[in-house]
Amino acid sequence: MISMSVHTSEQLQRISSEAEMGNGQRPGSGQKKSGRRNQKDPLFHIVKRTDIPMWKSLLIRAGALIAALVVCAVIIVVITGEDPFEMYKHMFNGSFKTPKKFWGMLQEMAILLCISLAVTPAFKMRFWNIGAEGQVLMGGLGALMAMKLLGDDGLRLPNAVVLPMTIITAILFGALWAVVPAIFKAQWNTNETLFTLMMNYIAIQIVRYIQIVWSGGSTALRPINGTGSDPSYAGWLRLPAQIDPSFTGSVVVPSSSGYLLNILIVAALTVMVFLYMRYTKQGYELSVVGESENTARYGGISVKKVIIRTMLISGVLCGIAGLLIVAGTDHIINDGSAKGYGYTAIIVSWLAKFNPFYMVLTTFLVIFLKQGASELSTRTSGVITDDFSNILIAIIILFIIGCEFFINYQIKVRARQQKSKEAAES
Amino acid sequence: MQNIPAIRFENITKRFGNKVVANKHVTMDIQKGEIMALLGENGSGKTTLMNMLSGIYRQDEGVIYINGEEAHINSPRDAYDLGVGMIHQHFKLVDVFTAIENIALGMDKKESGGTKEITEKVKAICDKYGFDVDPKKKVYNMTVSEKQTLEIVKTLFRGANMLILDEPTAVLTPQETDKLFAVMRNMKADGKSIIIITHKLNEVLAISDRVAILRKGEYIGTVLTAEASVQSLTDMMVGEKVELDIERPDLEYKEKKLSVSHLSCRDKYGVTVLDDVSFDAYGGEILGIAGISGSGQKQLLEAIAGLQKTEKGSSIIYYDNSNHVETELTGLSVSEIKKMGVTLAFVPEDRLGMGLVGSMGMTGNMMLRSYKMGHSPFTDRNTPRDLAVKVKDELEVVTPGIATPVRKLSGGNVQKVLVGREIALEPSVMMAAYAVRGLDINTSYTIYRLLNDQKKKGTAVIYVGEDLDVLLALCDRILVLCDGKVNGIVDGRTATKEEVGLMMTHLADDASAVPHESAQEQSDASVQDAQAETIQETKEEGEK
Repeated sequence: MISMSVHTSEQLQRISSEAEMGNGQRPGSGQKKSGRRNQKDPLFHIVKRTDIPMWKSLLIRAGALIAALVVCAVIIVVITGEDPFEMYKHMFNGSFKTPKKFWGMLQEMAILLCISLAVTPAFKMRFWNIGAEGQVLMGGLGALMAMKLLGDDGLRLPNAVVLPMTIITAILFGALWAVVPAIFKAQWNTNETLFTLMMNYIAIQIVRYIQIVWSGGSTALRPINGTGSDPSYAGWLRLPAQIDPSFTGSVVVPSSSGYLLNILIVAALTVMVFLYMRYTKQGYELSVVGESENTARYGGISVKKVIIRTMLISGVLCGIAGLLIVAGTDHIINDGSAKGYGYTAIIVSWLAKFNPFYMVLTTFLVIFLKQGASELSTRTSGVITDDFSNILIAIIILFIIGCEFFINYQIKVRARQQKSKEAAES
Repeated sequence: MQNIPAIRFENITKRFGNKVVANKHVTMDIQKGEIMALLGENGSGKTTLMNMLSGIYRQDEGVIYINGEEAHINSPRDAYDLGVGMIHQHFKLVDVFTAIENIALGMDKKESGGTKEITEKVKAICDKYGFDVDPKKKVYNMTVSEKQTLEIVKTLFRGANMLILDEPTAVLTPQETDKLFAVMRNMKADGKSIIIITHKLNEVLAISDRVAILRKGEYIGTVLTAEASVQSLTDMMVGEKVELDIERPDLEYKEKKLSVSHLSCRDKYGVTVLDDVSFDAYGGEILGIAGISGSGQKQLLEAIAGLQKTEKGSSIIYYDNSNHVETELTGLSVSEIKKMGVTLAFVPEDRLGMGLVGSMGMTGNMMLRSYKMGHSPFTDRNTPRDLAVKVKDELEVVTPGIATPVRKLSGGNVQKVLVGREIALEPSVMMAAYAVRGLDINTSYTIYRLLNDQKKKGTAVIYVGEDLDVLLALCDRILVLCDGKVNGIVDGRTATKEEVGLMMTHLADDASAVPHESAQEQSDASVQDAQAETIQETKEEGEK
């Protein structure tokens, strides 16, 4: 009776293991004793690893990437009938074909990295801030309002006044949007996830409203302070064209900005966030709060203060990201200016285990895929749509995240176990 | 049939990663109708072995036989089906469910029947073995002992013939322990096999038939309990001769360090958890705090440490005798207390959840007490690193390196890191809650020695304990908490286990059984007058 009931639960396990592994090719399965055992023992066991050498984890990650590309290739062939290598070439070209594309990729990386840096201290503190999207939008709105109200359309103040004001309002708006949920969390222990999410919707609606009011209802917005007969470019965040290699046009005073300044600012922020998190007292405090609020209180850390301060820093960085988008590249704003990066940044930060330098790599991965996907859909002119590219991106990211399982766990196949058992018996 | 063991481990090996071998070729038997105690120091592989039997882990090598048949236990469900049930240290009950609901949880209605059938069956089990379970009582209203009873009944309900009890007495009073042992004997008489994991050797001798000993993952041997003694078991466990007496140095000079008066606290639901507690703590003595768990011990220590809000009228005065300064500690935060120059060391009950940062290495944890020093916005890492190395060497912390997250260390080593850091503060008051819970004999004695060292240095040591044998051997005075009130302070040299056990469960005003001599003895003992007064006051209040 006992063996019967054991059987049922094991059957389930065996079915699942056999489905994955393919069955019936093990050596020695013909023997009577091990034949009985085969019926009872599952085919493999999952065992947690205690540590893994660096090379092995890199190998697993590389393997995951290759496996992802193979799976994508199969899907491309099956669904579209296109040559997968041609597809991958297009994807690669999306970021590397021309200097313009390359700079474009770096610029996108800068924005996404900046937002990822922004969410990192909060997440390290286990404050689930999913409101980066709104904080970035508000930062951008702050920049735009300063540029509009103080610039060509408003008071016509000189750039020396407009630019600092643009920077300050952007940071203030971003910080405000982040600190409100932090205060509520610290004082009344509200749920920060819902709160920050709601703040996103408010930010989006505010931006829409202002966009409509200021554009007089038309959707085609002109770059602020960049059009007309004698544009002042007040509040534009850029380096002179002569020293910025990312200008690809031939105009000396171009109507678009270069990307170098954005990239330099984010590079500096990356180092600063790294140092802040690892070497400052405040960085230490936020790690302790993230680990356990009780330990923090025990250590004499004011949890409320740390929550508010850390979210303030998050908000400032989001404000800077908004500034880089509006004053640095777009010079306009709409409700999609943050491009959903406020959410993508969470994945980037998490994948990099909150290490700012690893985040450069994960940012690269995400942006490279994104650029490649959009290149793919334009090159194949309709055969592969944006949606299809997104499927490919999703598959690749799934594999990369999924391979963490194999880094943390080990699969032990029974065949090998049995051999060692038999060796021990004889 | 007689010779077939209920459970047989054959050549069991379990590895974690490539380096750690938790069990190495363990071969042992447990007979039907037998209580076997499984002994071993921390990290000797007791729990790992039992987890393989209950389906949580899978052995790498070897075979487990149940009733003579090879068993493949791949999940706790398989273990249940084979009649193996484990009662974990941390109960796996749903707080908002009743006893019956918890028993029914996860069972097929076809197997277990409806509420009525379950209730009847539970009643039958209770009558048979002498359990006392109120089927309709919700778990959150239960005492620890009741919860444990429920866990055992739940396991029996599912048809377990083989029970594993992981440190069942750690949270029980002596009286509750006796009750548990009585039902264990009843179960044994009914032919059930019981494996009990415990660190308390007296209990091993009292309850078990045989004792199996593991050391560093290897099976050392099995002895008949009748032929064993505390000393012989310890020696087998440790592998060498161990000195088993807890030292209690007598110090002449005692000065008042802390005076707690009328201390009351409420928990977050507004329930009074500490009720008008008053006592003094002296440098050069260890003041023990006894009480069943949840009697306010936690709040008492946390209130002194500045972590617990106190009610109006409470007072905690700290005496700085060299400067003749008295400091009122109530209402101050941890950092404010520190700024006043008061060095309180506190080893909290929840080591990784309060005392340490699990994800950080030893260095990061040493920093918790010192990182604020200096005006630089950056942390000083060298001093804590040196301290980490010092603690590692002096207390023989076993860790791959001082950067290894302390969460990955074994319980004893975690505690050494925590105690080492607190001692490095050179405190004038040192508080420790359940400082040896879950620790093996060697580490426990290290902790006792460290506490005694502090006492000799003139520190006032406050030690919250659960093992009355230890409290009575280590402490100069023992304050007994019952339901948040001080139920008396007894002399650790003269008090008996039964006396303290009774005071833990019966408030002085509703039990005349509390012996009055204890107060008498107190005033005779070489304690200062002020101290005796406190006791008298408490006594009078209790009686009124």
